[in-house]
Amino acid sequence: MPLVAARGLVKRFGEFTAVDGIDFEIYGGESFGFLGPNGAGKTSTMKMVSCISPATEGELTVLGMDPQREGPRIRARLGLVPQEDSLELELTAMDNLIMYGRYFDLPRAEIRRRVTQLAERANDKADNFSGGMKRRLTIARSLISEPDLLILDEPTTGLDPQARHLVWERLYRLKSEGVTLVITTHYMDEAEQLCDRLVVMDRGKIVAHGAPRDLIERHSTREVLELRFGLNGHGPHAVVVEDLAERVEELPDRLLLYVKDGDEALAAVHARGLTPESALVRRSTLEDVFLRLTGRTLVD
Amino acid sequence: MTTTRDPITARGAAQPTVGWPPWRRALWYHAAFWARTWRGQVLSSFLFPILFLASMGLGVGQLVNNHAGGVDGVPYLDFVAPALLAMNAMQIASNETMWPILASFKWTRSYWTAVSTPVSAKDLVIAKLSWVGIHVAMVGVSFTLVVAMFGALHSPWAVLLPLAGVLTGLAYAAPIAAYTATQENPNSFPVFYRFMIIPMFLFSGGFYPISQLPGWLQSVVQIVPLYHGVALCRTLALGQGTPAATAYHIAFLLALASVGSWLCVRSFRRKLEA
Repeated sequence: MPLVAARGLVKRFGEFTAVDGIDFEIYGGESFGFLGPNGAGKTSTMKMVSCISPATEGELTVLGMDPQREGPRIRARLGLVPQEDSLELELTAMDNLIMYGRYFDLPRAEIRRRVTQLAERANDKADNFSGGMKRRLTIARSLISEPDLLILDEPTTGLDPQARHLVWERLYRLKSEGVTLVITTHYMDEAEQLCDRLVVMDRGKIVAHGAPRDLIERHSTREVLELRFGLNGHGPHAVVVEDLAERVEELPDRLLLYVKDGDEALAAVHARGLTPESALVRRSTLEDVFLRLTGRTLVD
Repeated sequence: MTTTRDPITARGAAQPTVGWPPWRRALWYHAAFWARTWRGQVLSSFLFPILFLASMGLGVGQLVNNHAGGVDGVPYLDFVAPALLAMNAMQIASNETMWPILASFKWTRSYWTAVSTPVSAKDLVIAKLSWVGIHVAMVGVSFTLVVAMFGALHSPWAVLLPLAGVLTGLAYAAPIAAYTATQENPNSFPVFYRFMIIPMFLFSGGFYPISQLPGWLQSVVQIVPLYHGVALCRTLALGQGTPAATAYHIAFLLALASVGSWLCVRSFRRKLEA
């Protein structure tokens, strides 16, 4: 039985449809992702799954219960890491955890017992923490109730690369401990690293679902050759190399050639007398899947 | 001990709990914050009335007593002291329900944090208004003691002064909180403060009987909640006033507090549970 099951889920705000009839199931122990650009409906979906915002239409069960009728009971077993940090910056790290744990009616002694990782920084003001540490404290806070399901909304948005790795490491550890994770992100590398299974969302709809590698195999080639030809437009070059690839995508700043073997394709490009300013051979990513399915890039 | 296993997650679902309903957990939040800064707050909530009573009673009071022989048959200090409690209640209520509520929605986002736990928007309203009530009650008790020390209480009903303060406070806190929850920024707060709170402070019969005002203004003042709060506190402190008038003051304040609370739950829900 799935932890979360949604059928025909819709969320409307007045005239605006944020989520437009989506189906998905999330199972215990897996790490499930919602990948899509800003405005795809990920956060609205998260809010419905975390039983904060009611669905406009469709069926939703979370932990086998109906969010409409048993919201507080469900939330007692969820952990939510919101997109924007919401720590009490005036308080110490430990007081932040106690404050939050009290919302779950946990005794103070029990909260202290559960805090094992903070150690020497427990009595520092949260305001003095770096961005990555604040995020990790928010994650620690959401775990204080030992939730059955941990929901993370854009867990690394706004963090520098080093801080992102700090957060990923923590999430990876949780995943290997068997905690069920639900992650929304518009970073394809994050989705690839952390998610066992994901759905790709665009304009309120699910456009693809599956394991990251399967999605890439299904919707893209093994390798991608990226060519940059300077500022004079890539259109004329695209015509010349068209038959060298399974598919050619023209972006404002570069051409993407979808091929089996990138180096071989690059040699063929050179053989046709073209000299791109730069050329890069890489593996296909979820970004390519998204581009294929929607004709747009994830991060604009 | 038997552990019940959840059929869906196969995890032990039993959690040790204190056994508090959600709104009390949210109230704990306010109390815990207050406990961190209580010294400064206690000082100001004692000092403010003492300074005011000293200045009004000894300064203005002397003048009034010498020239008019007191007000309504009592010395000026005794006339003004219970009114100060009602004014203080209004002050606390508006201070607690403008910036701090906006901050909890927008800056610290602590309301959003709370509603992702078993606590709901309605619990947050109950907790906030309870907290304003408790805060006013604490100040009310210390205030009543100070007034008693000045020898300005004339009736045993004065023991109910803190409660009258709480009622006045809630008649302000609930509607203002309902309004704040509809705001996206604090731009209107200073205007509200200057053009609503301060005039009410000055014209609600706290410093002089409203019979001193022109007739048209007297009828305007009678729909101001602070007027009823002042009148109620004065009734209790001096043992004046008819039961009918007293019941009317109480009913007026209760009605505002109740309608305000209902609006407040509605606006909190619209914001947090949309």
